[in-house]
Amino acid sequence: MLKIEHAYWLIALFLAGAAWLNLRDRRWSHAAFWLVLAVLIGGGKYVLAASAVHHELPAQLAGIGVIALAALSPRMRRGHLVERDEAARMADAQRLGHRLFGPAVLIPLVTLLVALFGGWVAFGDWRLFDPTRMTLTGLALACVIALIAALWVTRARPAAGLAEGRRLLDTLGWAALLPLTLAALGGVFAATGVGSAVSDLVRMLIPVNSALACVIAYGLGMVLFTVIMGNAFAAFPVLTAGVGLPLLIQMHGANPAILGSLGMLTGYCGTLFTPMAANFNIVPVALLELPGQNDVIRAQWKTGAALLVVNLALMYFLVFRF
Amino acid sequence: MHWLPLLGVAVVVIGFALRFNPVPVVVAAGIASGLAAGKSIGEILALLGQSFVSERALLLFVLTLPAIGVLERAGLREHARNWISTLRGLTLSRLLIAYLGLRQILSMLGLTNVAGQAQTVRPLLAPMAEAAAEQRGQPLSRDERNDVRAFSAATDNIGLFFGEDVFIALGAVLLIQGFYSQHGIELEPLHIALWALPTAIAAFVIHAVRTVLFGRRLARGRGKPATETTQAAD
Repeated sequence: MLKIEHAYWLIALFLAGAAWLNLRDRRWSHAAFWLVLAVLIGGGKYVLAASAVHHELPAQLAGIGVIALAALSPRMRRGHLVERDEAARMADAQRLGHRLFGPAVLIPLVTLLVALFGGWVAFGDWRLFDPTRMTLTGLALACVIALIAALWVTRARPAAGLAEGRRLLDTLGWAALLPLTLAALGGVFAATGVGSAVSDLVRMLIPVNSALACVIAYGLGMVLFTVIMGNAFAAFPVLTAGVGLPLLIQMHGANPAILGSLGMLTGYCGTLFTPMAANFNIVPVALLELPGQNDVIRAQWKTGAALLVVNLALMYFLVFRF
Repeated sequence: MHWLPLLGVAVVVIGFALRFNPVPVVVAAGIASGLAAGKSIGEILALLGQSFVSERALLLFVLTLPAIGVLERAGLREHARNWISTLRGLTLSRLLIAYLGLRQILSMLGLTNVAGQAQTVRPLLAPMAEAAAEQRGQPLSRDERNDVRAFSAATDNIGLFFGEDVFIALGAVLLIQGFYSQHGIELEPLHIALWALPTAIAAFVIHAVRTVLFGRRLARGRGKPATETTQAAD
């Protein structure tokens, strides 16, 4: 049975390979960085299993690993690695034509097929895909199939897969790690009571008898907290428990389904404004080799701001009416 | 003390404002808020390590890199660019609006991981958008090319965020339903999902209008001599 855990092993293997190539090039910091990350990803299941039975040492070692990654990050210069020269790439592009699209399109296509039909591939009790996180398992499988197809179409040696993958990975550098680090911070914030402190602050600042003030405080609170945490999912329980539920639903009689839906979407507007939402706003800066850290945010914040106004208006006019 | 854990938030805000490398800033913020909440070093390390590894799925996108890298070595980006430049009538705004609509619909069906910054934007959408912008006239300047790339990435984000919430069996809607059910309010997932539709439509309209304006501004800037630099993106 294919499980998400197999995908994690693949990632660990790829990262270890990238570490080895960097070691050969005497790029010590990069090598150490990818190696530590490979161990954390590969050993993740063991750490979680040990924590579940209150055996904290593996989790503490993982914590030390995270601090090591943080210490290495500033040394990860994002230099542009040597690529095959453009004339050779142009010649290949002319020769191979549309065949190049095939493997690239296989990534979304196979993911889609697994997401839609993966559950049907079964023989008796044996299933090909573990039903939990099937789409992500499908994505990992799609990447392997696409790599094989890409090597076949371009007639490149299998080693090229690692070499080229490592080129892109080093282009990303520490940006690849930021989404994970921020998610970990979310876990720490939740466990240390940052959420309740924030919602108390909001309630101290607004006139709670005005429904409009409560709507605005809830909406802007979602945006602000999402900007700080980089994730609307982290903001939603905090703000809805602190402001939405007691003030809007219980005091002013708002419809919970509409409030929840629009509240979450208002948080998503905040995601468009913040470098903390690294996988959406910082990773593409590295992937597309843009010069400014906030270039993607600059391209999208106006859409986010207009939508924020629309959402607040929708919330005010809909939640008290239905 | 009740307010002390907010110190972690302050560390994040100050660290980002001073443009330090974000990874150590974030880790330092976690340690600061742990210490402020009165946890021991051992507890903080365990909390940090455990939270980190339980979010491993966020690193799955790196698995796309070997396949994309091999294709790029054989000229994938160059070919995507060549091909789009042969399609007459495919303007930058038409390409990006079509992608935005497709991404929203796929996300509404729960297929959020089908496209993405690593899967589709870098290898396909960004080079295609560059080629579509170059359809008339001379090649893009470096600044213009960066603007087109950033706008492509933004389009992918907006399509994802404002489609996802309409899908009932995953992520946002289940989180909302689960939260209310913990607090004694039982809701149908479908009701929550349907109320995300007005925002989804508004997002499409707003971003489509902005895409058209962006395309026009780019075309206008390119009508002028190359010495005149285009205005910085909004």
